[in-house]
Amino acid sequence: MTEVTELSRPEGQSHTREVLLNLGPQHPSTHGVLRLVLELEGEYVARVDPHIGYLHRGTEKLAESFSYTQIFPLTDRLDYLCPPSNNLAFALAVEKLLGIQAPIRAQYIRVLMAELARISGHLLITGALPLDLGAMTALLYAMREREMIMDLFEMISGARMHTSFCRVGGVREDLPDGFVPRIKEFCEIFPNRIRDYERLVENNRVFLKRTQGIGVITADDGIDLGLSGPNLRASGVDWDIRRDEPYEIYDRLDFKVITRDEGDCYARWRCRVEEMRESIRIIEQCLDQMPEGPFQIDMPTVAFPVDKNKVHCSMEALIQHFDLSAYGFKVPKGEVYSAIESPKGELGFYIVSDGSAKPFRMKVRAPSFVNLQGLFVASNANYLADMIAVLGSLDPVMGEVDK
Amino acid sequence: MSIEAPLNRTPITERFGEAIVDLGFAHGVHSFAAPPEMIVELCRFLKEHPALQFNFLSDICGVDHYPEMPRFEAVYHLYSLPNKWRIRIKCRLGDPPCVPSVMGVWRTANWHEREAWDMYGIRFDGHPDLRRIYMWEGFEGFPQRKDFPLRGYKDKLNPFGAEGPPPTQPDLATRNIP
Repeated sequence: MTEVTELSRPEGQSHTREVLLNLGPQHPSTHGVLRLVLELEGEYVARVDPHIGYLHRGTEKLAESFSYTQIFPLTDRLDYLCPPSNNLAFALAVEKLLGIQAPIRAQYIRVLMAELARISGHLLITGALPLDLGAMTALLYAMREREMIMDLFEMISGARMHTSFCRVGGVREDLPDGFVPRIKEFCEIFPNRIRDYERLVENNRVFLKRTQGIGVITADDGIDLGLSGPNLRASGVDWDIRRDEPYEIYDRLDFKVITRDEGDCYARWRCRVEEMRESIRIIEQCLDQMPEGPFQIDMPTVAFPVDKNKVHCSMEALIQHFDLSAYGFKVPKGEVYSAIESPKGELGFYIVSDGSAKPFRMKVRAPSFVNLQGLFVASNANYLADMIAVLGSLDPVMGEVDK
Repeated sequence: MSIEAPLNRTPITERFGEAIVDLGFAHGVHSFAAPPEMIVELCRFLKEHPALQFNFLSDICGVDHYPEMPRFEAVYHLYSLPNKWRIRIKCRLGDPPCVPSVMGVWRTANWHEREAWDMYGIRFDGHPDLRRIYMWEGFEGFPQRKDFPLRGYKDKLNPFGAEGPPPTQPDLATRNIP
């Protein structure tokens, strides 16, 4: 009886109390070590406070003590689902400072790898979002195809994940023998597989109910919050750096920028699935158009000589080779901001050079870091259970969020 | 390089005159230097002017030019979605560095400013929630400053850190600004 009196309250006054709920950092659906402190009103999320930094490795500080070539492995570990894109973004920034451009063949190889990386990054979210919502099958199939991409990466660079394949002024090696038939085979198989993923969830009423109309971000909110990439395109903003500020050879390629108007979780998922189709088209065009030629710039002060015999026969080449290995190359004084369309959005590198062989300051504009702020809008007045869908659909990679 | 139409600078020079210094166009980005007290006004102007429409804030970052003086710099990268222009605004700051927050102009500035505060100790006045973002609460010092050792300072948990004096301005580091 006493309990009843405690619960009874004066008329007209609500007696709800906000509950603080801790989600993560060790939680399978936070896609890494992300901790969310949620303020709940009943079952609704009133406020979300993401705590990040569990994976902070100080990439930017470390880069200040590394030579430019040594930074490539560091960039691999930003968005670890698609390292070739990160390599490419960094290489482009340094090349702009040096005032050089990679040979055409190298540019094609880089774009090809970046697009493979885009597929590999999108594949994970294609499978992981349904998994978070209880549909496990899609992930298993997505991982099967991702394995094929990993094999291709291994064939090109010898590494499955952290490829470090880009170099300033080109790529490390030429494409290996037998690579083209393998990737053509992949391009043939893959579009049908995309159809499979769509069929797996398209008519799945649970998945649709839990993603359609959930976590809506309007175009204005998206721009205000700095979202980029598929997250912003799903809100109807037609912006893709590949098309609008073409870098490398993207201006020679024909591809469609996928946008959707709904801005909900389903639209974000759908955008990524359809982008994979465009990536396959880009890869096919790259294979058709790729010319023969050098894969590395012929500039002894920046890149190792392609013909290793030179080092054995010529004194200058030997000295330059030693210099390059021991000290790295010097980059003229100046600053550059260079952005590419990484799978997650605008990946920018701001590099300040003081004329030495190490960057004076390197800032990474990590798309996931900014995209995660979309939570502030997307989680508003949603059920707690929908937080998982919202978080999954924003597709943050904690390696990139925490740098 | 990739941007064909160069930025039309006349609205900026007309409005702000000598206060905003044009640093020229390099690698596809126009650079301007602005005094810190004008940053909010300038950002709002750039965002709302119909001919410019810099509606997307790409990035805010801190730079430490130690031992040069004034030591710090806040660098803003803006993008105009309709015009496809990029612009960089650089704000030189003294020590202790302090600049008004642009969170009123773009909400995305929230985490960028928190990061610059965490790493460089740049105070953004008017930021509603200026807490550390990467380092833990109670961490002393600002790790990306040039005078902060790469491996941190030696203590119980960090036997490989540098010997040396405790970090500068511990009071600033731990104080939670409302």
